[in-house]
Amino acid sequence: MQQEVIIAGFGGQGVLFAGRLLAYTAMEVGKAVTWIPSYGPEMRGGTANCTVVISDEEIGSPFVKNPTAVIAMNKPSLDKFEQLVAPGGVLVVNSSMIDRPVERTDIHVVSLPANEIAEALGSSRSVNMVVVGALLGNLDLLPMEAVEKALEAHTPERHKRFLKGNVEALHKGAEHRVAEKV
Amino acid sequence: MTKELIKGNTAVAEAALRAGLEAYFGYPITPQTELLEHLSARMPELGRAFVQAESELGAINMVYGAACTGKRVMTSSSSPGVSLMMEGLSYIAGTEVPMVLVDVVRGGPGLGNIAPAQGDYNQIVHGGGHGDYRLIVLAPASVQEAVDLTALAFDLAEKYRTITTIMMDGSIGQMMEPAELPPFQPLKEEIPAWAVRGAKDGEKRVLTSINLDPPTQEVMNLRLMTTWQKIEANEVRWKGYHLDDAEYVVVGFGTAGRIALSAVRAAREQGIKVGLLRPITLAPFPAEILDELTEKVKAFLVVEMNTGQMLEDVRLAVRGRKPVEFFGRMGGVVPFPDEVLTEIRRLATEPQTTAGHPRDRWLARLTETIG
Amino acid sequence: MTLTDVPAKVVYSRPDSLECRGTHYCPGCTHGIAHRLVAEVLDEMGIVEDTIGVASVGCSVFAYNYFNVDFVEAAHGRAPAMATGIKRVYPDHIVFTYQGDGDLASIGMGEIVGAASRGEKITVIFINNANYGMTGGQMAPTTLPGQKTTSSPTGRDVARQGYPIQTAELLSTLEGAAYVVRRSLHNNREVRRAKQAIRTAFEVQKAGLGFSLVELLSTCPTNWGMTPVEAREWVEERMLPFYPLGDYKISSAVAEWMK
Ligand SMILES: Cc1ncc(C[n+]2csc(CCOP(=O)(O)OP(=O)(O)O)c2C)c(N)n1
Ligand code: SF4
Repeated sequence: MQQEVIIAGFGGQGVLFAGRLLAYTAMEVGKAVTWIPSYGPEMRGGTANCTVVISDEEIGSPFVKNPTAVIAMNKPSLDKFEQLVAPGGVLVVNSSMIDRPVERTDIHVVSLPANEIAEALGSSRSVNMVVVGALLGNLDLLPMEAVEKALEAHTPERHKRFLKGNVEALHKGAEHRVAEKV
Repeated sequence: MTKELIKGNTAVAEAALRAGLEAYFGYPITPQTELLEHLSARMPELGRAFVQAESELGAINMVYGAACTGKRVMTSSSSPGVSLMMEGLSYIAGTEVPMVLVDVVRGGPGLGNIAPAQGDYNQIVHGGGHGDYRLIVLAPASVQEAVDLTALAFDLAEKYRTITTIMMDGSIGQMMEPAELPPFQPLKEEIPAWAVRGAKDGEKRVLTSINLDPPTQEVMNLRLMTTWQKIEANEVRWKGYHLDDAEYVVVGFGTAGRIALSAVRAAREQGIKVGLLRPITLAPFPAEILDELTEKVKAFLVVEMNTGQMLEDVRLAVRGRKPVEFFGRMGGVVPFPDEVLTEIRRLATEPQTTAGHPRDRWLARLTETIG
Repeated sequence: MTLTDVPAKVVYSRPDSLECRGTHYCPGCTHGIAHRLVAEVLDEMGIVEDTIGVASVGCSVFAYNYFNVDFVEAAHGRAPAMATGIKRVYPDHIVFTYQGDGDLASIGMGEIVGAASRGEKITVIFINNANYGMTGGQMAPTTLPGQKTTSSPTGRDVARQGYPIQTAELLSTLEGAAYVVRRSLHNNREVRRAKQAIRTAFEVQKAGLGFSLVELLSTCPTNWGMTPVEAREWVEERMLPFYPLGDYKISSAVAEWMK
């Protein structure tokens, strides 16, 4: 069983860390995992994305064309990745930054105002955790407790004060269920 | 030992350190820079030598000097920087001193771009520097394999007094995967007999690559080739997937190899009996297993992130006995598994030929898609 | 009175030799200012159509996208050699290189010394921002003692990593160098003075007087981890003492011509 997630947004939205969090968790629950960022001048231009592949066996390609899930943190990301989500997959949309509806009808769309949700929690830096939560709430990818544990383990000392807000954000995001978990 | 999630570049740097790296010389270049940056912090911490050189030219010649002392030395770069090192590599080969080079290959030619590619195959595997020399080339496909091959690279370099190159593409350098790092090896205490150290023992040692007298040079060339034959006999490494009952075999190294693995699995699900041969040593090349497979299978597909450079080595091994087809993407474009799957399906369903050149057929098809 | 009632007069516009497009430079980076100054000089001297630029490898690798003149792109450090090749074929053209400090003073030190010592009639715009910008902020030959970079994480330790190179001073010792000066881009006054120097450098080339180079102290807010304002202050407080502004080489021919 293999699942693939692409997380995309502006640099500074915590896209790469969100992906690493999934990768840490996957590793700690004993799965094979790859995390690969878009790197280079593209990043200076302001957009960033990473691809996380999680599998029960040795992973072949770390690059995927049609991922099981996409998290789009801003509009350019939605434009780039909407058509690529595998049919039946999950698309998490940060509606705070995206003003257009999703066109696909053959996938599960989880749309939520992640910026406002994070702000309401008094934790405006946790937008990335809100959308990761939303993904976990709608896709049977990794157990929430394991993600929480990994988050705690991999939050550097100087950021420990954000931990509580991040955990809350994960849970808040996970409340946005669209249907049965896929 | 526990695994950690670690970037390929950092992992190779740390693995080298643990393998007893005593001196590192390098110059920043993407997508390799994390390797240099990691060692810029770690080497001084451990009281070992680290120099950011003024250029790759400087770096490789610093390596040359340090290698003459018989210590474990390494440099790393990416394609344009490795081009600059070619002169030094030839001198190092001509002096028979061991060293490890890491080439994190990017798209080219020229300045090209920093995306993952495999266009340095010919430069690394078939020379690049002047004169007659060979070097060992290891091609990891994952972070763990890169870690494991790093320690091996030093052992092989010392065993055969040769250059070992770890050739990986930018994506392995930039990718994070769980990997288990080896424990620290103690630094080598013994200085090899040939290494310079000051003639305190009354014995003077000279390390040079000049041989003005052609017959003397020829003896040296002969020694290099005899060593190479030993390397060919003992050090070939590869990994096979689903080869037992394979009717078709995909051949790919590094990232292209693991992308092909996804395609091979997908093709198996569709009932196509296909396997994967992933060379781990590109030099010495796994020609023998290819020879064996040629007897058993119907056709081969070579997949690379270049214009078909390893393809020629595969064709040499297969020697026209079975059809060999090719699929590649170039310039930093990474193929997706579905593109390789399409090629596997073509191999299994369309009539194949041993006539003509596979590169021409591939180019004709590719020109249709990317124009 | 509304704004539209005020008679409008154009007091500032884009130089013709600068393309009308946004750059890829980070906010607050002074590469953009240096570009503009060069473009203004090309416009004012009326030499746009006779000019060929040589871009180097660094953040300014895409300089050719911004200047409205013919351009070539050199290998890392080799711009002065490439410029030499062009100038020797087209001695009547204006040929300039635009190079960073890693490019010019590290990997390309051989080429710049060669060109200056030959008295190659080219103009070099040299951006000194005390680090390697494009590759993510590693130590450059210009990195100050104690300065932290991604490859000198505990600060440049001169015992291990040596001292910064004062390029203008170094090149000024070469007989072939006709005009070698250092200016800065950290405030308006210095920007104006920098432009004057760039103008002189191109004039020196046009008059066939020899090799000219303008070193420009420049900011890299992104890799320095500073706001643009802090970065400018850092140039003033930290870089200026180590890299004094001034004219390091004015050959007698240039001095004569300047009169
Ligand atoms: C032969 C070679 N080595 C290394 C590189 C990688 N590289 C690209 S830009 C650069 C440094 C640029 O720094 P600098 O010249 O100071 O210009 P800046 O980016 O700061 O403007 C390096 C090392 C390369 N492209 N080619
Ligand atoms: S990295 Fe530094 S030098 Fe390069 S564009 Fe950004 S601020 Fe300017």
